[in-house]
Amino acid sequence: MTVWLRQHGSALALAWRRLAGAPTNTILSLLAIGIALALPAGGLMLFSNAQSIIGKVSAKPQVSVFMALDADRRQARDVATRLGHMDDVESVVLVTREETLERMKSAQGLGEVLDALPTNPFPDALVVTPRDDRPQALEGLAAQLRRLPKVEHVQLDSAWVQRLDALLRLGRMAVMLLAALLAAGLVAITFNAIRLQVITSRAEIEVSRLLGATDSFVRRPFYYFGAVQGLLGGLAAWAIVHGGALLLNAPIAQLASLYHLDFVLVPPGSADAIVLLGLATSLGWAGAALSLREI
Amino acid sequence: MIRFEHVFKRYPGSTPATDALADVSFESAAGEMLVVGGHSGAGKSTLLKLISAIERPSGGTVLVNNQNVGALAQRAIPYMRRNIGLVFQDQKLLYDRSAFDNVMLPLAISGFPPKEAGRRVRAALDKVGLGNREKAMPIALSGGEQQRLAIARAVVGRPGLLLADEPTAHLDPGTAHDVAEIFRDFHQVGVTVIVATYDTQLFPGARRITLDHGRLQ
Repeated sequence: MTVWLRQHGSALALAWRRLAGAPTNTILSLLAIGIALALPAGGLMLFSNAQSIIGKVSAKPQVSVFMALDADRRQARDVATRLGHMDDVESVVLVTREETLERMKSAQGLGEVLDALPTNPFPDALVVTPRDDRPQALEGLAAQLRRLPKVEHVQLDSAWVQRLDALLRLGRMAVMLLAALLAAGLVAITFNAIRLQVITSRAEIEVSRLLGATDSFVRRPFYYFGAVQGLLGGLAAWAIVHGGALLLNAPIAQLASLYHLDFVLVPPGSADAIVLLGLATSLGWAGAALSLREI
Repeated sequence: MIRFEHVFKRYPGSTPATDALADVSFESAAGEMLVVGGHSGAGKSTLLKLISAIERPSGGTVLVNNQNVGALAQRAIPYMRRNIGLVFQDQKLLYDRSAFDNVMLPLAISGFPPKEAGRRVRAALDKVGLGNREKAMPIALSGGEQQRLAIARAVVGRPGLLLADEPTAHLDPGTAHDVAEIFRDFHQVGVTVIVATYDTQLFPGARRITLDHGRLQ
């Protein structure tokens, strides 16, 4: 048992020495692995964050009713009152055009544009929360609302949510596909790195065999090399994703405030990190195994 | 200890089809010192390779400690080799590590505790007169010193059997004599020694067999 542990320890130490012995090679390999893993990991982070917002939003589908620009405040209030009495409607909130203008002005970059406009381009709007949120009921309600006087446009907020949700599912699928391809790439990177190691250590391998080394003694350091390289590459990927999230957070918060959402980009948690590192390590190991079949 | 029974060895693809060894039979007792002589290409190296299971015989049986090494399973060979000290014709030293680490390799392979291994490595280096050169890289050693380093690596595991292939080739007569002396010392402490050499005069008193075109004379 102690012999076994000692031999694994020295194989790990040897793998580490080989990694440290060729720093340029090592850093470039780690960068390649890190980027290959950061792309799908970052993509998945973005999509799961986006889906969590949609989860929040789509919990209550709403219907936005935009008044015609020439409708006055009284007409808007009339419509609001009529809506409030309808059986299908749970609640109505009137958002005046002035409120909308103020909100948009506070957004970065939009203020100057709006100031340059001669008149307020926004109409009064009513945000309606329906009682029945099944798609057909919503469509029926929307049709009813469109017939009201001075109503310019009725928009089902749940429709874009559903569309976006479907789009995000598609995106997630694409990222998964990308992840599978890049995982194969990681195996290829390790395969090549190990192949190179084997070639440069040919003399050592031959002599060790002649002196009574078993196949596993000869292969062990290379397995560790692949696994450690994968693990370090995984750490690089994790750092890249975290750094990216940090950089993106300020502009995303800005964007979210426009939609009245309290939202920050949540970087992958420790469970995700463990999955990422475990995956990177085993892919490195697999690349090594593939490379060592012939020695 | 070692017994060859009608051993043949033909390398695949050899043209014209000639036997490296043909019908070789001999026996060597434990603790014996045996010198295998013969011209270059007579089959001396092949004979040593068959004993250490680097090659397998094409016919006949090679017995080492009553074990048929020609029929040994591939996975058993490493463990069998650990009982044999090998000195190669081209030494096969590793030039990217110190003399100490070269001698350490067999002990690392068999999983020796590092402290005990370090003591043994120093003892082996002392034994061949390289006690003060343990940090030197092999490239910095003279031809004779490199040969002695190779011997130290062969004996550090304290094998019962020491095989040496032309250990005095490329050495000047004085150095060759010193190296031969080292083998005699190991023989005297009970190690079975088999040396393949064209210069059998270097080992007076040892039992001698001679190969000629693969056949024992």
